[in-house]
Formats: sequence, C-alpha cells, structure tokens
Amino acid sequence: MVAKRIIPCLDVADGRVVKGVNFVGLRDAGDPVELACRYSAAGADELVFLDIAASHQGRGTLVELVQRTAEAVTIPFTVGGGISSVEGITALLRAGADKVSLNSSAVRDPELVARGAERFGCQCIVVAIDARARAGGGWDVYVKGGRENTGLDAVAWARQVVALGAGEILLTSMDGDGTQAGYALELTRAVADAVQVPVIASGGAGCIDHLAEALDPGPAGGHASAALLASLLHDGILSVEQIKTELLRRGLPIRPLASSC
Amino acid sequence: MIRLGLIDYGMGNLHSVQRAFERLGATVQPVQSGAEMEGCKALVLPGVGAFDPAMERLRQGGLAEAITAWCTAGRPLLGICLGLQLLFEASDEGEAAGLGLLKGRVRALPRRPGHPIPHMGWEPLVPANPSPLLPAGSAESWVYFVHSYAAEPSDPACNTALVRFADTAVSAAVWQGAIGACQFHPEKSGPHGEAILRRWLAWLAAL
Repeated sequence: MVAKRIIPCLDVADGRVVKGVNFVGLRDAGDPVELACRYSAAGADELVFLDIAASHQGRGTLVELVQRTAEAVTIPFTVGGGISSVEGITALLRAGADKVSLNSSAVRDPELVARGAERFGCQCIVVAIDARARAGGGWDVYVKGGRENTGLDAVAWARQVVALGAGEILLTSMDGDGTQAGYALELTRAVADAVQVPVIASGGAGCIDHLAEALDPGPAGGHASAALLASLLHDGILSVEQIKTELLRRGLPIRPLASSC
Repeated sequence: MIRLGLIDYGMGNLHSVQRAFERLGATVQPVQSGAEMEGCKALVLPGVGAFDPAMERLRQGGLAEAITAWCTAGRPLLGICLGLQLLFEASDEGEAAGLGLLKGRVRALPRRPGHPIPHMGWEPLVPANPSPLLPAGSAESWVYFVHSYAAEPSDPACNTALVRFADTAVSAAVWQGAIGACQFHPEKSGPHGEAILRRWLAWLAAL
C-alpha cells in the first residue's frame, strides 16, 4: 500500500513565511525555501505553500519563491491561494510547482478545474475544500477563509470536482482548524469514500493519535491518504521524525526516515 | 561533462528534471527539434499529462521521428513518468499510437476500494531484472509515484523494477538496450531518486 503522507503546510505572504517556525538553528525562520529544505530533510513526504496574501503584487514574489523552492527541494510541493485562471496555473507549474491547489476559484468557476486538468493532467490539480458541519447533518463548503457558506454539500462537491478532473482533495475541517481537538473523522471518511482520488486531511491535529486516526483505513478511521500539518510542527510540539517513527510503530505504511537523508 | 538533451514539447515540468540533472553536474539543453539533439550524449523524455495530447505534440514538431531515429541508432534515452508510457505502442488512456520503441501497452491501474487513483505517493521499488538504473544488490529505493496508468511490456524481462498496487504489482521502471525509463519521478524522490539518476549518468559516462 502506498505510504501515508505527512505534509507540512507553510503559510506565505510576499515571499515570506507568515507564522513563525520553531526550528533549532534556523538562519532565517521566515525564509520558505530554507524551511522547505529543513522539512524535506526531516522526512516530510510533500510540502504545501499557501499564499495567504494572494495580492496582485504578491504573485510575482510567489512565482519567484516557487522557482527557488524547485531548485532546492527534491520532494513534490503544491502551491495554493488566489489562483483563478489557467494562466495562473501555468505560471506556477512552469516555475516548478508539482501541483496547484484551487479553492474559491473552483467554486466560482468549476470549469477551471476541467481546463487545468485537461492542459496539465489531473495529477497537477488539487481542489481544496473548506467544510463545516451543517445543523441537522452533513457538511457545507465555505469560502473566504470560512466566512462565506456556499451552500454546496461537501461530499457532493468533492464528487463533482473529481468528475471535472481534480486529482486530489485537500479537505479542511473549519470546525477543527486551530482547535487541536482532532481531525473531523466522519467528514474525512465520507469524502474519502465518495471519491476515487487521494484525500488529504487537514484541520484539528493536536497529537499523534489524531494523525493515526485520520490515516486509519479501518471502519472508524478517516481513510485519508495524507495528513496536512501546520502549527503542530511549526510550534515544535511534534517533529516529522517523531510522527513517522510512532506511526510506523503502529503499523501504518510510512516512508522510512532513512530514505530522506 | 555530460550534455543531456531534455525534450521540450510543452508537456510538463521541465524545470525540476533539469535542476535534478544539473545538481549532479550534467549540462542540460532543452531540445525542440531533431537538429538540437546533435552534440547530446543522451535524451531525456519527461512528461506529465495525458497520452494523446503528448503524442500529438511530439508528432507535430517532428520530435517523434527524431526520437525514433535516435533510439533505433542505439543511442541512450531516459523516459520519466508519461515519458515512459509514450515509449510503448499504445495506451488505455487514448487512441493515439505511441512511439513503439518498446513493445507492449500501457494499461489503466485496476480500480479497487481503498486504493485511490491516481496512485500518488511514496513506495519502495520491488527489484526485477537488474539494469544500470537498478543494478543487482541495490539498496531499497523509496520513490515518488503519481500515475493512473502503468506499462505492460510484452517482454516482462524489460521490467527493472515493479511497484505493488492493490492486489497486484505493476511496472515501475523498464530497461531495454540503451533505453531506460521510470514510471516514478526520480527528480522528486529525494536522495533515493537522486541515486538512480546518478547511476544513469555514471553508465552514460562509461559508454
């Protein structure tokens, strides 16, 4: 079975990491490329850069950041935030990103997913879904950082974007995000079981148990292919090494650390 | 210094492949025509995306003919990902004829519950017939895959590595004559991928 992936997510704005990262011996805690190299050497399986400024002015900086990352890092990375056209996708993939992640732009213009997949292949097109539990059951898709309810059903939306050509789903539970109370297992499982493509669980990780649950293929698990992590890693609460060692010990398929350095 | 011709036909992430070889000391020259291949020691055929558009682009620019001439002259080529699939005769993914430099067909991965497609992520290679990419006794290699199709060479001896998928094993890398190819992305596979590229360059240097 393909190894479950551990994916650090770095929020960037104007070419700098936004939240501080607690890495011993970092020369520049705000340099995304140095951090990317550190996480790669530490055993991260992939990386995600999320451009949270996504201003017009910042786009050039983002492309430059992607180029520098591609020169230095030898694992795959995804770039998301503010990508709203095939031209935008093209610029980032040409600069060296392996995948782009579309979120509100996919809601506004679902055909963008199809056009991107047709041009570059579905493996390049990740659709990020921010979901929140709906009163009475099910989950709604939110955009604008969780402020606006689109009224779309998260499971149906996941099916739709996969039918359009998305090769992966990055699923964030807005209820869990920042709580460190655990991934939204029921949501993650519902989406993972509804689509053929891999699902990355995001939002709510607080400890290794939460990761194990999200990646667990059993009836109570989240059935996710990968887990996205931010503050838990950046704040130094857990290291990639600790996570992988423990998940391996629990019998999950994990790429061994020795293959990273 | 080894000069590589990196085939630039508008399908995929040339940048990462180019950087990976440059880190290992090779000179990489993007090539868009047969004439530009002159002076290169070997060709690299990368590619991500779909089979038919890729073949269409290779044929439009005359690159398909030039690659075929190159390989039938026994000169070395390394295919990566879609670049591996294009070397075969045909694919489940499309209608177009492949380059046909290797006999066999590219088939869709079997759909099984609990085994997402695309097959995306890290796997250890299962060694098959030894080759310059994976000589006998090579250490275990964990490499990064992202694909929905896999080649089925007519001659299974072409397989130099397999990868487990669902309840089966599919081709992960092939070698025949001077043609080698990886279904996985060695340029995105950390130190293990780099080791595979380094072995290929060492083999080229000794030719």
